Amino acid sequence: MNSFLRIQAVFIKELMQLKRDRMTFGMVIMIPLIQLMLFGFAINTNIRHVPVGVVDHSQTGLSRVLVQTISATQIVNFTQHYLSIQQAQQAIASGEVHAVLIIPKDVSQRLVRNQSVGLGSPPSSDEETSRPIAQWLVDSSDTMIAAAIKSLRNMPLLELLNKPPNRGTPTFAVTLLYNPEQRTAVNIVPGLVAVILTMTMIMFTSAAIVRERERGNLEMLITTPVRSFELMLGKIIPYVFIGLVQTAIILGLGYSVFAVPINGSLLQLGAATLLFIAASLVLGLVISTIAKNQLQSMQMTIFVLLPSILLSGFMFPYDGMPLAAQYIAEALPATHFMRLIRGIVLRDVDVFNMRFDLYWLLIFTLIGLAIASLRFKKNLD
Amino acid sequence: MNTVPDQEFAISAQQVDRNFGNLKAIQNLDLQVEKQRIYGFLGPNGSGKTTAIRLLTGLLKPSAGSISVLGYKLPKNAEKLRLKIGYMTQKFSLYDDLTVKENLQFLAKIYGLQGKHQHKRISKLLSIYGLDQKANQLAGNMSGGQRQRLSLAGAVLHQPELLFLDEPTSAVDPENRREFWEQLFDLCDQGTTILVSTHYMDEAERCHKLAILEAGIKRADGSPDELMANMNAHVVEVLSDNIRNLKNQLFTLNEIISAAQLGARLRVLVNKKVTDPIGFLKQLPMAEQIKQAQIVRPSLEDVFVTCTGEGRQ
Ligand SMILES: Nc1ncnc2c1ncn2[C@@H]1O[C@H](COP(=O)(O)OP(=O)(O)OP(=O)(O)O)[C@@H](O)[C@H]1O
Ligand SMILES: [Mg+2]
Repeated sequence: MNSFLRIQAVFIKELMQLKRDRMTFGMVIMIPLIQLMLFGFAINTNIRHVPVGVVDHSQTGLSRVLVQTISATQIVNFTQHYLSIQQAQQAIASGEVHAVLIIPKDVSQRLVRNQSVGLGSPPSSDEETSRPIAQWLVDSSDTMIAAAIKSLRNMPLLELLNKPPNRGTPTFAVTLLYNPEQRTAVNIVPGLVAVILTMTMIMFTSAAIVRERERGNLEMLITTPVRSFELMLGKIIPYVFIGLVQTAIILGLGYSVFAVPINGSLLQLGAATLLFIAASLVLGLVISTIAKNQLQSMQMTIFVLLPSILLSGFMFPYDGMPLAAQYIAEALPATHFMRLIRGIVLRDVDVFNMRFDLYWLLIFTLIGLAIASLRFKKNLD
Repeated sequence: MNTVPDQEFAISAQQVDRNFGNLKAIQNLDLQVEKQRIYGFLGPNGSGKTTAIRLLTGLLKPSAGSISVLGYKLPKNAEKLRLKIGYMTQKFSLYDDLTVKENLQFLAKIYGLQGKHQHKRISKLLSIYGLDQKANQLAGNMSGGQRQRLSLAGAVLHQPELLFLDEPTSAVDPENRREFWEQLFDLCDQGTTILVSTHYMDEAERCHKLAILEAGIKRADGSPDELMANMNAHVVEVLSDNIRNLKNQLFTLNEIISAAQLGARLRVLVNKKVTDPIGFLKQLPMAEQIKQAQIVRPSLEDVFVTCTGEGRQ
C-alpha cells in the first residue's frame, strides 16, 4: 500500500518535471516524426536514377536507341558523354558519375549475333555469339549501386529491333508476399519503431538517476523511506506511455504517409511493444546506475544504440551477418523486437509462434531490473 | 525494541573514523547527543561537518567505530531509521523544477501521508514557514532564504524525532536567521532533537551543546557556557596607539595564543598557564605601547580560536 503510494509519488513527480521540460517533451514527439519522414523517404534500396556517362565509339542510330532504352528502365540517368575511356575513368574516380557505358564500334554486328536477340543467323562461332554488345565500367565500392547496374546485364534487347520481346520461361516462379511492390518503406517503418524506441527510451532513463545525483536530489531521496525498486519503477512508468505514443506516431504516419499496412493484431502488437519498452527502459536504468554523470550516460547510450541500428536487422538482413555478429545481435532487445514487430505488422503472425523473442525481452527486463535495483545503493559511498 | 542501553541519547558515536582515500575526513569522533536538545557542529570549511552528518544519517559508512542513532545501530539499520529522521542537506536538494507545493506533496506521499492528512499538514507547514504566498512558485525561482525554509519544511514534514540540519542558514539574512532559530526552538519544544552545523558563532551560541570540529577532529564539546568557562586562555582587551605593531610583536610570544584587532582595541588570548595575564603583559618589553589592559568575558569565538589554533600550528 505505502509502496504503491511511493511509486505513485515518484511517477507524478517525474511527469511534472517532464511537463515543464519543454525541450524533452518536444523531442518525444519530434524525434519519431522527423526520423520517420527522413528515413521513410530517404532510405531506399530500390536504386533509381544513378548518374552515369557514355562513351559512344559507334555513333550510330542504334547506339542512341540503346542509350534511350537503358534510360527507360529508370535505373540510370545518362548525364555525361565522354570521348575516351580514360576520360570516363577519371569521371568515375572523381565521383561525377558512378558508371560509364562503353559502346564499341561494332555494336550493330554484336547485337545481331547476340543470342538474346535470337535471330539465329548469320551462323557464327561461339566466341562471337557470346560477345556482349557493350560494356559497363562501374564504381563498385558501393555494393548497392553495383548491384543495380549488374541487374541491367540481362535486360531484353528486342525492343531495339522493333520486335516484340521474347518472353522466355523463367526457371523459377517467384511470388512476392507481404510487399509485392517491393517498397522499402514497408520494411523500414516497423523497424524504425524499434530504433527510435531504443534511442529515446534508453536515453531518457539512462539520465534518470544520474541527473538526480548531479543536481543533489539523490542525497535527499536516499534519506527518505523510498526503496530502490520503487524509485526505479516510478521513474520508468511515465516513459512507457511516451514509448507507446511514439509507436503510435510512427505506425500511424507509416500507414497514412507510406501506406505501410498494419496486418496483425493490435493487441499482440501492443503487448510486444510494451515488453520491448520495458526492456529498453530497464537497460537505461542499469546504465544510469553505472554512469557517474550525464555525459557518461550519453556515451553508454550510444554504445548500445549503434549496434541496435546496425546489427538488429534494421539496416542489413540478420542472416547475412557473420556468426559472431549474430550472437551480439541476439543479446540486444532491439533484434528481437525487430523480428516481432515486422512479423506482427507485416506478416500478421500469431505472436505465440514467435514466443522465444518475447521470452528474451521478458527475461532481459527482469534481470535488468534486478541489476539496477541491486546496483542502486541507498548511500553515497 | 525496549530499553536499548543508550536510548537516553538520541545519537551516540564512539571512535568513528571516516577516510576518503588518504584523506582522514573524520577521526576518532566521540559524540553524545541528548534528546530534545539542539546540538551544534561548529567548524570551518572542510572540517568534516557534512561528512559527520552523513555518517550519522547512514548515508556514508564509517571506516571504523560504532554509531547508534535513536537506538538503531548504523549503518546496518539505516533503512529503519529513515522514517524517524529528517535531513536538510547543505545544498538545496528538493526539485528546482517543481513548485513549493508539489515538492511537499511529493515528500508527503513518500512518507505515506495522503488525502486530508496530507492537505492539512502541508497547509500548516506552508503557514509556519511563511510560504503560503509562494505555494505555486517553482522552487528554483525562489530566493536563498525562501528555499531554505522550504527545505526545513520538507525535512520536518513527517514530524521526525531527530532532525539533521547542515548549514541551514548559510543563505539567510540576520533578521530571518533569528526567525529561523525561533522555529528550531519551537520544534525542540515539541520534542524534536536537532543537530545543526554552522560556521556562525552567534548560531553556535544558541545551541544547548556544541562540538567544535577542525580538520575532522573534535577539538572541544559542551554547552557554550562550559566551553567558555573551561577555555584554556585568558581574554585580555588591550588599548594602544600602535595596534598593528603591538599585535605583530605579541604574536611572536609563546604565551600568546592569538591577538585580533577589534577597531581600536586588541583582543589578546593569553595561555591559562600564565596566572596573572595583566601582570604578564605589563612586564613585557613592549609594555610601554599598552595604554590599558583589562580581562573580559570570553566569547565563543575565543573558544573557537583557542581550540582550533593548535591544528594550524
Ligand atoms: N565524497 C568525498 N570524497 C572525497 N573527499 C571528500 C568527500 N566528501 C568530503 N570529502 C572531504 O572531506 C573533508 C570534509 O568535508 P566536509 O564536506 O565534511 O566539510 P564541511 O565541514 O561540511 O565543509 P563546509 O563548511 O565547506 O560544508 C573535505 O576535505 C572534503 O574535501
Ligand atoms: Mg558541509
